[in-house]
Amino acid sequence: MKICVLVKEVPDAAVEKRINPSTGRLDRSGEKNLNPFDTHAIEAAMQLKEGGAVQVDEVVAVTMGPETAVRALHKAVSLGADRSLHLTDEALSGSDVNGTGYALAKALASEQPDLVLLGQQSDDGECYTIGAVVADHLQMPSLTQVIKIDVDERSGDEASGRGRWALRCERQAEYGYDTVLVELPAVISVGDAVNEPRYPSLKAIMGAKKKPLDTKGTGDLGIEPGRVGYDNARAHCADFKAPAAKEPGKIIEDEDTTETVEQIVTWLDERKLLV
Amino acid sequence: MSGILVYALHYEGAFNKNSLGAVSEGARLAGELGGECHVLVLGDRAGLPDDLCASLGRYGAAKVFRVEGPEGLAQPVVDAMAKIIADDGLGYALFGGGLLGFEIGAGLTARLDAGVCMEVTSVRVEDGKLVSERPILGDSSVSDVHYRAGVGVIIGRLNAFEVKEGGEGTAAVEDLAVEFAPHSLKATMVSRGEQRGAEVNIEDASILIAGGRGLGKAEGFEALEDLAGALGGAVAATRAVVDAGWYSYSAQIGQTGKTVSPKLYLAAGISGAIQHKVGMMSSENIVAINKDANAPIFEFSDLGIVGDLNKIVPKLTEAVKARKGG
Repeated sequence: MKICVLVKEVPDAAVEKRINPSTGRLDRSGEKNLNPFDTHAIEAAMQLKEGGAVQVDEVVAVTMGPETAVRALHKAVSLGADRSLHLTDEALSGSDVNGTGYALAKALASEQPDLVLLGQQSDDGECYTIGAVVADHLQMPSLTQVIKIDVDERSGDEASGRGRWALRCERQAEYGYDTVLVELPAVISVGDAVNEPRYPSLKAIMGAKKKPLDTKGTGDLGIEPGRVGYDNARAHCADFKAPAAKEPGKIIEDEDTTETVEQIVTWLDERKLLV
Repeated sequence: MSGILVYALHYEGAFNKNSLGAVSEGARLAGELGGECHVLVLGDRAGLPDDLCASLGRYGAAKVFRVEGPEGLAQPVVDAMAKIIADDGLGYALFGGGLLGFEIGAGLTARLDAGVCMEVTSVRVEDGKLVSERPILGDSSVSDVHYRAGVGVIIGRLNAFEVKEGGEGTAAVEDLAVEFAPHSLKATMVSRGEQRGAEVNIEDASILIAGGRGLGKAEGFEALEDLAGALGGAVAATRAVVDAGWYSYSAQIGQTGKTVSPKLYLAAGISGAIQHKVGMMSSENIVAINKDANAPIFEFSDLGIVGDLNKIVPKLTEAVKARKGG
């Protein structure tokens, strides 16, 4: 079985995120971190590979983004992915959710994965949605915000190995926890409660740049240029403004806890919350 | 292209509050555009009687399409909505906040090659088209999103759309047969709506003490229960700690949990992610204790304490007891 993990480079939490007002796009300079949720997706792939319930031949990290996005792939490989695929092309720049999902689906289709894993949301912009967009293009079943994955053996086509497996997934939805059986191939996005990601070893970090990395452009993958990029986005952001300002709250740095607690009690008392 | 299709989620004989908000909003917007608000419901026929479906008319729905299919999963709904939008030439699909709306809206975006905007907090009509407003970058900025071509998909933030009753009362109900795509039937619900942990009532409490991952471990909630006891309140939790099994699902605030607005909301070890914020932001007084001075929760708390909750909470409990006793 082949697992593809979608990863993404996002702004470092310490870097202030900005929108470039002239383009309406996120200023992506200063980015350097793998989306924290993606480390859970890689860990989920590694646990399936190491779990033994199903034979995983290969874990492939896939990303779309500028040249610098290679760093996210290196991180993914240092966490256990066997190789990576970098979709990069100036024509993709400024794609919206629709265009990004379409292009990623084309990249994934070239790999023919049995399972696509991704983090349930990214810290920088669009959340929750990419998995479902990709799944619809790939015509695969899909589930988001999954917090538990168990392999479930199914009857199916022995020869190809396709459709032989299903995943028993748990997630929290509007009315409590749901358990859903998803036949493979499928697209699953995981929540951060699904596992505790491992830390990469120094050796793995050093070796990451030596693992195979394919770089592909739109032409290599049959991506129609008219469906991607800023000019073809179906939705455009504009007119950025500050949100309705809320009066900044009082902040206490706790140095002497007895004094801090006195201040809290006084504050609560003034608002008649201690009656 | 002036018609709007809304998905209404139902469970055990009632529609989801966020769906009713979306129907109300869809009806208002369709009225301004000069079209109608239609609603899709999907599930077991027995769980969707005529009167329940027709009751969506009270929120402004002109017509309700009832489709028989598997409940609680997104992809069959994508098939049904894509068919209706194509058949009837509708311009927009609208979803209330929640998990399924995100999944369905995203799938529909791909299927229809549509424009999508999620986490929408308000929608308005401009030059005969809808414009969505959404906060971005951790709510530090608000952006207008314009749909440039094709169908526009609007996925609301939790509680963004107010439920407004006041229509004539009944919507026309039309049964519709939909042929589901093969992949839409490859996910099957094994069990739905399982409640984990003890049943607790947090919605009626005027004081809530909420705990997050910063508690460090499940036992961290004991100190919060003591503080809640001293203040005469109840204990609530974030999704992260509920998913981790530290506290009851019925006490969960936010996106897939409860929405509360108590007199006092004291957040201990909670960073203040959007998914949590949307469930408690209308609380009258928000107090936050967090060791990370950069935690987003300090941006919307009325009183913020930067420090170690393990030191502060037990002392605060004692001080509250002493104050109340004296």
